[in-house]
Amino acid sequence: MKFKVKSAQDWWAGWMFVAFGLFFIVVALGTPEFIDKIVGARLIPGYQMGSSVRMGPAYFPVVLGGLLVFLGLLVILDSIVEEGPDVPKFHFRPLIFIGLSSLAFAYLLKPLGLALASVALVFISAYGGHEFKWKEVAVMSVVLVIFSVLVFVEALALPFPICPDFINSCPIR
Amino acid sequence: MEGIFGNLAIGFIEVFKLQAVTMWGMTVQHVPFNIIMCLIGCLLGTLIGVLPGIGPVATIAMLLPVTFNLSPIAALIMLAGIYYGAQYGGSTTAILVNIPGESSSVVTCLDGYQMARQGRAGPALATAAIGSFFAGCVSTLVVAMFAPPLAEVALKFGPAEYFSLMVLGLVAAVVLAHGSLIKAIAMVILGLLLGLVGTDVNSGVLRFAFGISELADGIGFVTVAMGMFGICEIIANLEQKEHREIFTSKVGKLMPSMEDWKRMIAPVIRGTVLGSALGILPGGGALLASFGAYTLEKKVSKYSHEFGKGAIEGVAAPESANNAGAQTSFIPLLTLGIPSNAVMALMIGAMMIQGIAPGPQVMTERPQLFWGMICSMWVGNLMLVILNLPLIGMWIKLLTVPYRYLYPSILLFMAIGVFSISNQPFDCFLMACFGLLGYVCVKLGCEPAPLILGFILGPLMEENLRRAMLLSRGDPFVFVSPSKPISLGFLVASAILLVIIAMPALRKKREEVFVEET
Repeated sequence: MKFKVKSAQDWWAGWMFVAFGLFFIVVALGTPEFIDKIVGARLIPGYQMGSSVRMGPAYFPVVLGGLLVFLGLLVILDSIVEEGPDVPKFHFRPLIFIGLSSLAFAYLLKPLGLALASVALVFISAYGGHEFKWKEVAVMSVVLVIFSVLVFVEALALPFPICPDFINSCPIR
Repeated sequence: MEGIFGNLAIGFIEVFKLQAVTMWGMTVQHVPFNIIMCLIGCLLGTLIGVLPGIGPVATIAMLLPVTFNLSPIAALIMLAGIYYGAQYGGSTTAILVNIPGESSSVVTCLDGYQMARQGRAGPALATAAIGSFFAGCVSTLVVAMFAPPLAEVALKFGPAEYFSLMVLGLVAAVVLAHGSLIKAIAMVILGLLLGLVGTDVNSGVLRFAFGISELADGIGFVTVAMGMFGICEIIANLEQKEHREIFTSKVGKLMPSMEDWKRMIAPVIRGTVLGSALGILPGGGALLASFGAYTLEKKVSKYSHEFGKGAIEGVAAPESANNAGAQTSFIPLLTLGIPSNAVMALMIGAMMIQGIAPGPQVMTERPQLFWGMICSMWVGNLMLVILNLPLIGMWIKLLTVPYRYLYPSILLFMAIGVFSISNQPFDCFLMACFGLLGYVCVKLGCEPAPLILGFILGPLMEENLRRAMLLSRGDPFVFVSPSKPISLGFLVASAILLVIIAMPALRKKREEVFVEET
């Protein structure tokens, strides 16, 4: 069988839906028996299907997952039949640095306090942009730290530590 | 009629209520707290709505955590204020920078920007504000009139009716969204599935959690919204080099001339009527309203040759229509508990966080909340007109702030907000994941908005499906049986919508309409 993908965008979108649909079905139903036999253990236990009168936890997800797979296949079919756009270029620099900066903030907040975590977020995210000027970013991070301490910790009373754990006598607490 | 005014009185009393407020350890008596929250909401909404590249959905998602510690009524009043503030800010950027701050002010760009180029930015902004205010007044009355009878009908709905209604709502939302129909439906289903993550209410089984204890309560709604809209928008904006052309030098005098006033009146009224009607439809709301109003005005106006070249009608009609539509789209939310677009989905999320189950019972059980919110819409609109016209100079200054200063700040506020939900780093991790998912979806031509709608409705739909099937002893035809005409009607309507939209001729037409938009 020979065919050409006429719309790369639809082609990949279709496979994404199929993958998501299969994922939810497999997790809900558990791994098929023959795979369990090969591995020798029950990989994913799955949930109870129930009947249409008393639906188990697996019922609705399996129906929806099936629908999603079906729609995904339709989109794939469409991508072979009808012309469509290509997938636009991925820009990895902002993607990686924006993602990284929010992770850094999240995992630094408790050990290092709000001030340092915010500085980390501002620096990493600013590095993902087009221009990166040390001075500008430094000033911006100081302003933002003061603002967020005043607004979020003082005014809105969010339970965030401000200073790092290891400094015992924090001037602002 | 008397009933309406009685109810509105309840609302206004609630909005202007004086209460004791404790802040920084000090308690102050007799503070009109709700009205202050409305004011802050309007200002914050406009402030962020004016910043290019942040739509109302991201704005509301970002500011949701600010409302966590407020009382439910103050929180909802503030969020509503943020919503129309953001809309107002969106039209300001549309007129001055030719960047629609949000999808419903896309058409405002066409004539508003042209007016600004001709040195008539002032009257254009004033027209948008005045049109919006008029529309806001009328549609507040429409909400007050239509919500009670609709809620009464909705109180009689059983699980089957609710399930079918949700199907109709989702189908309508998808049909009116732009882009590929199949992909949009697939996104809804993906959203429904993601909404099922967490503990199953009926059996107590932990679903799709993979041993992660943070997922026991499900994926946080704010987390999804911030990831799919906030993070994703930032990344998308960083792809392009900054280029903006702003007519900041002078806005000129604000007041429209006598002739402008004359030309404005009819379009504003037509826009308001059309917008109010379209806003009630599921999936309708502000976007459809503004497009409809512009097209209508172009057909009936005697100045139709001026459209696209700076006709004041082209600003007045869509701006009043989108404001009217934005307000009447609260009707399905408040009476049925069904969101008609992504913003309303956020409002439902906010209500749930405040411990209010959205639905017809809100009006009877918490009349103060219900009517207070409706009255606050009117007050908020008034505030926008009074405050924003003099403040326009400040908003314009904001437009000149480079994006490289803006996005780290936005990102920081989002991260703080998401972290504060459960005080766990895991939510921020999830937000980053949804940012990635959102980015991939956008690249693959899939709109994230339907996913949010599905996400909110997922658990509700499953619950109602289960109940309906239990009551009918597993008979799947309960949804279409003649004994349930309402449910049957909803499903037939959704089927008709799908068939109509799938017909080749109409499909072409639909694509054309949305091509014009982008």
